[in-house]
This record gives sequence, C-alpha cells and structure tokens, in this order.
Amino acid sequence: MAWEIVIGCEIHVQLATKSKIFSGASTAYGAEPNTQACAVDLGLPGVLPVFNADALAKAVKFGLAIDAEIGMRSVFDRKNYFYPDLPKGYQISQMDYPIVGVGEIDVDMEDGTTKRIGITRAHLEEDAGKSLHEDFQGMTGIDLNRAGTPLLEIVSDPDLRSSKEAAAYMRKIHSLVRYLEISDGNMQEGSFRCDANVSIRPVGQKEFGTRAEIKNINSFRFVEKAIDHEVERQIAVIESGGRVVQETRLYDPDKDETRSMRSKEEANDYRYFPDPDLLPVEIDDAYVEAIRKTLPELPDARRQRFESEYSLPEYDAGLLTASRELADYFETVVKQSGAEAKICANWVMGELSAALNRDTIGIEASPVNAENFAGLVKRIADDTISGNTAKKVFEAMWAGEGSADKVIDAKGLKQISDSGALEGIIDEVMSNNSQQVENYRNAEPDKRGKMIGFFMGQVMKATQGKANPGEVTKLLNEKLNG
Amino acid sequence: MSNDMHSKTISELAIGLRNGDFSSEELTRSYLDRINASQERLNAFITVTDEQAMKQAQAADQRITAGDSGILTGIPIAHKDIFCTDGVRTSCGSKMLDPFIAPYDAKVIENFQNDGAVMLGKTNMDEFAMGSSNETSFYGAVKNPWALDAVPGGSSGGSAAAVAARIAPGATGTDTGGSIRQPAALCGITGIKPTYGRVSRYGMIAYASSLDQAGPMAASAEDCAMMLQVMAGFDKRDSTSSERDVPDYSADLSKDLSGMKIGLPKEYFGEGLDGDVAKVIETAIDEYKKLGAEVVEISLPNTHMAVPTYYVVAPAECSSNLSRMDGVRFGHRCEDPKDLEDLYKRSRGEGFGTEVKRRILIGAYALSSGYYDAYYLKAQRVRNLISEDFKQAFEKVDLIMGPTTPTPAFNLGEKSDDPLAMYLADIYTIAVNLAGLPGMSLPAGFVNDRPIGLQLIGNYFEESRLLNAGYKFQQATDWHQKIPGEFA
Repeated sequence: MAWEIVIGCEIHVQLATKSKIFSGASTAYGAEPNTQACAVDLGLPGVLPVFNADALAKAVKFGLAIDAEIGMRSVFDRKNYFYPDLPKGYQISQMDYPIVGVGEIDVDMEDGTTKRIGITRAHLEEDAGKSLHEDFQGMTGIDLNRAGTPLLEIVSDPDLRSSKEAAAYMRKIHSLVRYLEISDGNMQEGSFRCDANVSIRPVGQKEFGTRAEIKNINSFRFVEKAIDHEVERQIAVIESGGRVVQETRLYDPDKDETRSMRSKEEANDYRYFPDPDLLPVEIDDAYVEAIRKTLPELPDARRQRFESEYSLPEYDAGLLTASRELADYFETVVKQSGAEAKICANWVMGELSAALNRDTIGIEASPVNAENFAGLVKRIADDTISGNTAKKVFEAMWAGEGSADKVIDAKGLKQISDSGALEGIIDEVMSNNSQQVENYRNAEPDKRGKMIGFFMGQVMKATQGKANPGEVTKLLNEKLNG
Repeated sequence: MSNDMHSKTISELAIGLRNGDFSSEELTRSYLDRINASQERLNAFITVTDEQAMKQAQAADQRITAGDSGILTGIPIAHKDIFCTDGVRTSCGSKMLDPFIAPYDAKVIENFQNDGAVMLGKTNMDEFAMGSSNETSFYGAVKNPWALDAVPGGSSGGSAAAVAARIAPGATGTDTGGSIRQPAALCGITGIKPTYGRVSRYGMIAYASSLDQAGPMAASAEDCAMMLQVMAGFDKRDSTSSERDVPDYSADLSKDLSGMKIGLPKEYFGEGLDGDVAKVIETAIDEYKKLGAEVVEISLPNTHMAVPTYYVVAPAECSSNLSRMDGVRFGHRCEDPKDLEDLYKRSRGEGFGTEVKRRILIGAYALSSGYYDAYYLKAQRVRNLISEDFKQAFEKVDLIMGPTTPTPAFNLGEKSDDPLAMYLADIYTIAVNLAGLPGMSLPAGFVNDRPIGLQLIGNYFEESRLLNAGYKFQQATDWHQKIPGEFA
C-alpha cells in the first residue's frame, strides 16, 4: 500500500533575553549548577513570578514576522505535573490565549519548490531545569540554572509530508529566529529543539492516522532520521496487522531508533488553569506597531533584493540569505571590495564556505572576517593576483598570516601585468623553444588553441605563476601569430 | 517604667516611646515576658524570636534617639508564621515546613523592618491557613484568651489570641476567606482585610493566590490604620499588587459620620444567625445611627453561593500552590525514599495534615479534565455574580455591615470532625474575598462572655472609610478596650 506521511512540529525556541521569563536571574549558559537560580526559580514558598517584558517583545516580533494574529490579551496558565526539575510542581505556559495566533511561513523545499506551512500558534512558557543522572551514585542531581528560561513554543499545522520537509521547515524557523535576533538558535545548548508529531495514512484517505510524538530532537539531521525511522516503524506495525498507539517516543541518535516514553493512557492530566499570580498580558496597537518598526529585513525579502540589486541568480541569493550572518558577510564584502557582486558571491560560496565546512565552524567564528575577505576579493578584481594565487592567499589568511595585502607582499605574489616585463619573458621562452614556435606556426588554426597552452605553462613556470594569464594570452597571440 | 504597658494601644505606645517614658528594649522585654508566661495556656506562638527582638529593639531605640522614627519604630509586632522571615523558621503551621528556615524576608516583613518595628516572633495558625479554628496547626490548637476551652478562630488564630491577651500590641494576619476577620471577631479585637492587591503577597506563603490578602490585627481601628500604613503599597515583585497611591489612613479617622449610608444585607440576618449575636449586631448598628449614619436594608442575592464557590476556587488554587512542597528542595522529606514516587508520596503524605490533604484533593478534582468546566469555570462565573452583587450595593450605600460570624467562638473539638459545619463559620466573610473588597471586624459586645464581631465591608480601596467608621465606633464604645480577666 502507498502511505502518506503527515507531520506537525512543535519547536521550542529559547528567547535570548538577559534574565529569565519570571525572575531576574541570568539566562547565560554553562554556569556551575544552581548558581543562576534565584528564590523564584527554586520555587521557594512565598515567591511570585514577574513577567519579563523583553520576552513579550521577542514573541510579538516573531508573530509579526510570520504575519500572524497577535494575542492582544494573552493569559498565562499553570500546567501541573510533578517532576524533580520542575520546582513549583507546575510550568507556567499559555493554553487558551497564546501571544501568537494563526500565521504562516513559506519553506523552500529541496526540489526548488516553495511550500506554505501553517503555524497554528506560538506561546510563551518557562523551561524546566535539568536532571543529572550521572555522578550521583544511584541518585539524581538537579540543576535549576535553566529553570525559568523563556521559551517560545511554535506549533505548526500538520502540513509537512516528509522528513525532508520537516527538516526544511525547521531550518527555515531557525533562520528566521536568528534573523529576528530573538534567539541564538544554539542547538547544542538546547536553545532550539523540536518535537515531531508523526502519523501515516493510506494515500487518498482524508482522516489522519494515529500519531506518535517524538520528543526533543536537537539537530536538523536527527529530525530527518528520527522521522524516517518512526515512519518505517508505523508502516511495519500497520502492515503486520497491528495499530499505532498514541504515545510519546524518544529518539536515540546513538541507536538511530525511537522508543516509547509513555502512552496516552499514562499521559498526565495537566489540570491547566489561569495562573492567579500573573495578570493577563494586555497590549495595544501602538505597542505592536513599535515592535513592527524593529523588524529587520526578513530572509525572503532579502533574497529578492539580492536577486534584483546584485543581479544574482536565484540559487546564489537563496544560499547567501539562508542565515542573517552569511548575508551580512556577503554584503560587507560587496561594499568594501568594490568588486562585482557575482565575483563576491562566487568567492563567499566557494572558498570561504568550503573552509568553514571543512573546519566545521560557523560564519560568525570565521578566522577571516568580512572586511579582510573584501580585501582579498578587491585584489582579484583589480588583477593584482590571479584566481589561483588568490586561493593560496586565502589559505594563508585562514591560517592567521594577516590581511590579503600583507600576505601578497610577504610572499611576493603580486601578479605581473606589465606588458614590457611580460614581453621580455615571452621573447625568452620563444627563443628557447624555437622548434615549438615553428610547429605552432605550421599548424592548422584550429589546432593552435591547444598548442598555446604549452607557451603559457612556460611563462608561468618562469614567473612562478605570477604572470597575469589574460595579459600573457593576449601577448602570446600577438607574437606567435605576428 | 510603668507595668501597664500591655494595656496601651499602639498609638499610645508610640507616643510613650517618643516621649522617652520607656524604651523599646523595656517594652519588648515586657511583651516577651508576657508571651513566655502565657505560651503554655494559649499556644499563640510557633517561634518566639527573643534575641532578634532585643537587637531590633536596641536599634529602634537608637533611631528614636536620633529623631529618625517611623510610624511603628520600637513597637513590638507579632507576625503570622505564613510570612517568610530571613533566617527564622517559617512553618506555615505545617509539619511540611517545620524544618524550613526562609532565606529571605516577605515584603510585609521588610516593610515593618524598614519602619523600625520589632518582631516578637511567629504566631500559630491553621496549617497553610486552611481552617477556621486553628485546630489544624501542626503545633497544636491555639486557645481563645476569653475562654480557654474555646477556639480563637482561624486561620490567623495565634495573632488574634496574642493581641486579645495583650501579649503583642499588634500582629499581622492573612485573610483568604475570613482568616483575619473571623478570629478577630472571636477574640474581641480589630482586624482589617484590605482590598486585594493593597498589600504585597511577596513572601507570604500562598494558599489561594487570587483571594489571599495580608492585613493588620490590633486592639483598635486607630492601631490598624498605623499598621496598614506600613504594610500597604505597590511591590514590583507582586504582579497583582496595586500601583494606586496609599492614602494617609490616620488622616480621616475622626471624620464625622453624618449622612453615611450603611447597608444591611438581609441575607446576613437570616437563618443560621445566632439570635443573641443578632442582638449584639443590632445594638452596634444603633450606635451608628446615633453617630448620624443612615441605615438601609439591601440584598446580596448570591450570598448563599459564596461558600460553595469558595470551596472550589480556593482548593483549586491551593492544589497547585502546594505542589512545590515535594520533599525535593526544602521542607519535610521522608526517610530513605526507594524511588521518586515513594519520595513524593511519603513526603507529602507525612508532611500534610488532613484538612490540607482534603483541600488538595478537592482542588485537583475540580481542575481535572472533564470536571474543569462544571466546577472551576462555573465557580469563576458565580464569583463574578457575587462581585456584581456588591457593585450594585455600593451604588446605593457607602458601607455594608453585618455580623462577622454567625455564632460566638465554639469549643475546641466541637466542629473539628465536621468540615462542612466548620466551613459555615466563614459564611459572612468569604464573599468579600471572592469580590476582592476590603472588610473589617470590630469588637461589638459579648454573648456568654465570648466576644462578637461587627463586620464592615467597604468599596474597593476604601480602607480609609472603614477605619474612619471603626474609629468613630470605638470612640463611642469600649468593647475594644476589654481585656480577658486572666491576661489583664
């Protein structure tokens, strides 16, 4: 039987506020356990939450970016359940009145098409702490540094039809929250994680199949693998005559499998009710408009501008605007090098991206910053160095040997473009290879193209590759044919 | 130094301190002696902070000498053990928090401290403020100073008994369904529950967050005005606290009452009200007529819904508020838990008393999936109706008056096995919390030698009007000056 896959995602984005969503404690990552948890985060008797206005602004910013309905009156609710890393015995979240309502986002799929994915809602909530199961000899340690960190939970409609679509959607949201500067999107540190609701149904069937929720996927690669695995599992269950049960499953990247955490029957009754310690959050149009003014140019708009302003092909524009940092880098290179945009694009997407990938570092940590990279492209554009030389210069810059000009000077890589100097070298090459000159001149014109390569090689050899290849070709043609 | 300091009101003591008639050290010592001498009979305190009190008294004396007095500088005050006090056990009357030493001060405590008041100790209370007789305390019941076989009321029973026995000139209380006014009435003292949001709840251990409100308990309305002045005000750490300016509560105390319109809700004088109590209340109302007030009958038609509504809303909130008492980070933890579930079950099973467990269960039930609409949501709708009753009444009258409780103090043990009978002890006070209004209880007479309280209910943020009405009544009567013989 042919199966259709149906996926909806819940993405938890940690908002990049300085302090926690309901307390003044710092949200910085990586501190000693429990050093960034104040009385409120510890859930001591008597403490009360106070809502962080910055978390509100960031959530509204996201809502505006996906063209969503903004909750002008949103309400915090308590989600009640017991767990040692949940200090109050309830999580403050939003149930019936979220800050962001229905919206949508266009996602570019691998085959070059664009698919519009519906966003059901996005709501604010606090993160829990962490249970540490190692190093405590059969006991569990609790670290509440993360407790109370602001999260925006973005819930998609069940519009995704493959693991690749899910990964593309996740990438798009990731890129967006980084463009908006509302999250650092750091997946290793858990600032961006995804739960995927996966079900299958026979192609053509209208009703959804029973879904399983895969929890806490923290990489683009894992989201594909986890979903692929889960789909296989569901197909196997159904095709062997069984039925999928509604449950929560956990993806284990080491074993590449999902396993059951709890079934619907074991699921908690969270006993949601409005948190009486917090007033409903009421905002007005003026507030929303003020936030709208802070919106940066969004990825889709920027890509279109790259195509029109820089005359870049769609592919290049898409790649360069995939992250705000990369797009910013590119634009700096264009501005400061004065070079043609397409040359800048080729070098950024070529040498630079290859080096970043090779050393698995992000653009923001590149050892060659945009200003220095512009210096390199400038020397390519003004013919100071050839493309081949530029690759050597780049490697030296990457290794920390300084600016392009410094490397060119130090290594004496400046290209020889002076026709007087080049003529002397060419004359010498020709007199040393009179037989080849003879052969060339006797050859049919259509064979000569290949034969000229020999002389080029000799000139490059004599100049240690510094001769300007364009100039040499021009002079060789004149002299050999003349 | 005179030995009748304990019979003085806070305002008299403040004058004595400023005039140098006695020092705060002398005053504090004398109250600590009275506390220690009465502790066995009354059990009004859970913790007495002798040493700390004497240090604070010394500091207060220095402030007084330096001419840097606040309103209550040097005045000893007892605090209900529901307010977190830095470095001092804050038990909330529960075994669960018996080992809990709070690492911070509640805003109310901070306010008293900044003003220079002296903390005598922490008073006994019903466990987590759930009770109307003080019998649910892990530390044992408090006795009513007027009749040692009677309850002092609850949940602020320790504070009420302490003020009635004059072992503290003033005490703090909290009121979720009557927990200041009911014990004030049963102990013959003055207590005011301010408008919801007037006093910060930060550091006050939550019972039912949308109903809880702290307030003063003292001998007189004048003393309550002084204490409320120190307690009230906006606190950015409590999102539900009001940003409204705090008026000078003592300024209008002696304003003439002529023309004041008092409404008597007919529902507060019907079936269930003890006949002798009714007579006391009627006499008190006559006093107001003599003071120039105009009295009209009004109706609060949803009054009968108040107790059932409260017993959905308050347990629902408490079932969630008390979840943090899980044996993980503070408070009682069972011995050798074998796993997480065992840790939760035994820590909570051992740490909480019967009434607390009952309310957690009721609340969890009311919030659970499938029952939420029928209980919690419906209760919220009725709550709005009750507020609406008051809103309409205050279009016609300035103040509402009636009995604080349907009967005088009952005997210890009399209702402790009958939760429903116990819940009805708060029948006249609960609606005020559901509406968030200010309410006050004034001593108005006695039935069988047990005190009776007159309840005054005001419109939102009209504490000044309540205090004014209370003060004028106390200028005309002497019920608030009565001290139980044994403690005179």
